[in-house]
Amino acid sequence: MMLDFIPEIPISDWTTDFTKWVTDKFAFLFDFIKDNFGSLMEFLTAQLMVIPPIIFILIIAVLAFFLSGKKFGLAAFSIVGLWLIYNQGLWEHLMNTLVLVLIASALSVIIGIPVGILMAKSKIAETIITPILDFMQTMPAFVYLIPAVAFFGIGMVPGVFASLIFASPPTVRFTNLGIRQVSKELVEASDAFGSTGAQKLFKVELPMAKATISAGINQTVMLALSMVVTASMIGAPGLGREVLSALQRAQVGPGFVAGIGIVILAIIIDRLTQSSSKKENM
Amino acid sequence: MPIIEVENLTKVFGRHPKQAIELLDQGKSKEEILQETGQTVGVNRASFSVEEGEIFVIMGLSGSGKSTLVRLLNRIIEPTQGNIYVNGENLSEMDKKALREVRRKKMSMVFQKFALFPNRTILENAEFGLEIQKVPKEERQEKATKALELVGLGSYLEQKPEQLSGGMQQRVGLARALANDPEVLLMDEAFSALDPLIRKDMQDELIDLQSTMQKTIIFITHDLNEALKMGDRIALMRDGSIVQIGTPEEILVNPANDYVEKFVEDVDRSKVLTAEHIMKRPETINIEKHGPRVALERMSKEGISSILVVDSKRILQGYVTADDASQAIKDDIKDLQEILRTDIPKAMKDTPMNEIFDIINGSPIPVAVVENDRLVGIIVRGAVIAALAGNSGVNE
Ligand SMILES: Nc1ncnc2c1ncn2[C@@H]1O[C@H](COP(=O)(O)OP(=O)(O)O)[C@@H](O)[C@H]1O
Ligand SMILES: [Mg+2]
Repeated sequence: MMLDFIPEIPISDWTTDFTKWVTDKFAFLFDFIKDNFGSLMEFLTAQLMVIPPIIFILIIAVLAFFLSGKKFGLAAFSIVGLWLIYNQGLWEHLMNTLVLVLIASALSVIIGIPVGILMAKSKIAETIITPILDFMQTMPAFVYLIPAVAFFGIGMVPGVFASLIFASPPTVRFTNLGIRQVSKELVEASDAFGSTGAQKLFKVELPMAKATISAGINQTVMLALSMVVTASMIGAPGLGREVLSALQRAQVGPGFVAGIGIVILAIIIDRLTQSSSKKENM
Repeated sequence: MPIIEVENLTKVFGRHPKQAIELLDQGKSKEEILQETGQTVGVNRASFSVEEGEIFVIMGLSGSGKSTLVRLLNRIIEPTQGNIYVNGENLSEMDKKALREVRRKKMSMVFQKFALFPNRTILENAEFGLEIQKVPKEERQEKATKALELVGLGSYLEQKPEQLSGGMQQRVGLARALANDPEVLLMDEAFSALDPLIRKDMQDELIDLQSTMQKTIIFITHDLNEALKMGDRIALMRDGSIVQIGTPEEILVNPANDYVEKFVEDVDRSKVLTAEHIMKRPETINIEKHGPRVALERMSKEGISSILVVDSKRILQGYVTADDASQAIKDDIKDLQEILRTDIPKAMKDTPMNEIFDIINGSPIPVAVVENDRLVGIIVRGAVIAALAGNSGVNE
C-alpha cells in the first residue's frame, strides 16, 4: 500500500520523551513554582476563609451594586446566590474555586496582554502565535492535564497551569485585535506629534483598545471557570471536585448542588467583569 | 533660506520600489508602472521649496498624491528616495530620535477627519503634543488652554470630542497643533469634511491666524477655489507629479498645460481676478497743459465719448465728456477746470472683479484704477464681461 511507505511516525514517543526531558531538565524550576506558588495559593485561600461569609457576601453585593451602575439586580442575586452556596455547606469549596479561577485569570492577563501587544506590533509574531493559540484552544483540555501532572504533581498548581493554557488565548487574541483596530488616523496623529513607541502604546493604543481587551479578559475568566471540573481531576480542590466525586459515585443530588454553585459563581463573575469593562468603555 | 526644501522626493508603494524608480527615470507614467510592475507611484520626484510665513497649497484631484506628499514631509511615510530639508537640516537622514524632535517642536499636523482622541477631553486632546514632550502638567494645561481660546473654544475644555460639531472638532485639531507652537503646520484637507459655511469661516480664521502668528502652513486641498483663496503659492499635482507651482494669479492666467487649464476652467473667476488683471492703459489729458480742444481731438481720434483728466503727476482729477468739450469750444472756454466732472467710479488694483462688476454696472463711464490717487489704469465694461466669461488673454 502506498500509504504504508513510511512507517508509523513515533509522534507520541517523541512527545513523551520531550515532556520527560523538560520535566527533568527544569525540575528545579517546577519544584520552585510548586512549592512557592502552592503555598501562596493556600495562604490566599486561608485568608479568604478568615473573612466571615456574611462580610464576604456583603462586600460582593456592594461591589456588584456600584459596578453595575447602582442597580440592585446583580447585588440581590449575589446575596441570594452566595448565601445558597453557604447554606449548602460549599463555602470552603467556593473559596478554593475562586482562588483557582482568579489566579489562573490573573496569570492569563499578565502573560496574555504583553503577548497580544507583541502580536499587534509584529507581523511575524502574529503569524507564529496565531496557530499556537488555535492549537491551545482546540486541543481537548484534558490533554493538558498530563504534562501538568508531570511538571507539578497533583493539586492546585497543576490546575492553574492547565487552566492558564486553556483560558489565556482570548486575552491574547483580543489584545492583538484591539490594538490593530485602533484607527489609522489616531496612530498617525500620535506619530505626527512625535510619540515614542511606548508613548503611542500607553497613551493611544491601549486606552483605545481597552473595551476590546476587557471583553477578552471576560472570556478568559469564564474559560478558567469552565476548567474547574477538569482541573479537579488532577486534585485541584473546590466546587469542581464535588462535581467530579458526585459523578464517580453517581450521586445526582450532590452533583447538581455543586454544579449550581459553579453556575452562580459564573454569573456573578461574568456580570462583574462585563459591567466593569462597559464602564471603562464610556 | 526657505524653511522647507524638497528635492526629488519620491514614494513608491509596493515591494520592489527600486524597479519602479528605474521606470520613472525612463519616463514611464504612473499608469504604465502599475500595469507593468504592480507598484503604485504615490509621489513622483517632487521638488519645491516653501518660504517662512507662507501658505503653500498643494492641490490636486483625489489620488494625485497630496496626502502621501504631506506625510513624506514629516516622514510619517518613509520616502523611497529624495531629500527633505527643514531649516537646512536633512530630515531624510535623521535618526528616529532627531526625527521625533522635529515632529514635536517644528511641525504639527491637522487631519482631514480630525483624528481627535475620543477618550480624552478637549483640553487633554489639545495637551497631547506637550504631554508627549513631557512638559509639566500645569504648563501644558496653560498652553493648551491658550491655544483653545485662540480658536474660540475656551469654554469647552472638559467636553469630549463627540459632544462637539465637526467644525468645532477641527478647531480642537487646530488647537492641538498650535499648542506645540510649531514653525510649520501641515494641514491635510483639514477643511474638506466641513459644511461650506463653516468651512468658509475656518478659512478666514486660518488666514487671520496666519497673519498674526506668521506660521508657515502647508495646506492640502482638492478644491481649486479654496486653493486660490488660501494660497500664497499653489503646487498642482497630477498622478504623483507636481505639474505647476505658482501664485494663484500665475496658475489662473498662465496655466502650464492643458491639465491645469482644465482644472482652472470651472473656477469662479470673479473672486480671483482683480482690477489689475483686466485694466488697460488709459487715454488721458493733462489739466495743466491741455484745454477743451485737445480733449475733443483725443476723444474723436480714439472714438470715445469721455476722457480721464490727470495732472502732471498723473493724479486723477476727473473726466470730461465729448459733449461738454464741444460746448466749451463754442463758448470759448479755455480752462478744462470749468467742464471737469469728478463723479468718477474708482477701484484699486486689488479690487476683486465681482465688485468691479457691480461698480461698472451702474455707470456709463469706465472705472478708473488708482494707486495713491495716481491713475494706473482703466477698466471698460467689455473687459469685465470677457473676463467673467473666462476669455483668456484678459491681461493685455
Ligand atoms: N498605503 C498605501 N499603499 C498603497 N498605495 C497607496 C497607499 N497610500 C496611498 N496610495 C496610493 O498612492 C496614490 C496617492 O494617494 P494619496 O496620497 O492618498 O492621494 P490624495 O491624498 O491626493 O487623494 C493613490 O494612487 C493611492 O492609491
Ligand atoms: Mg488625501
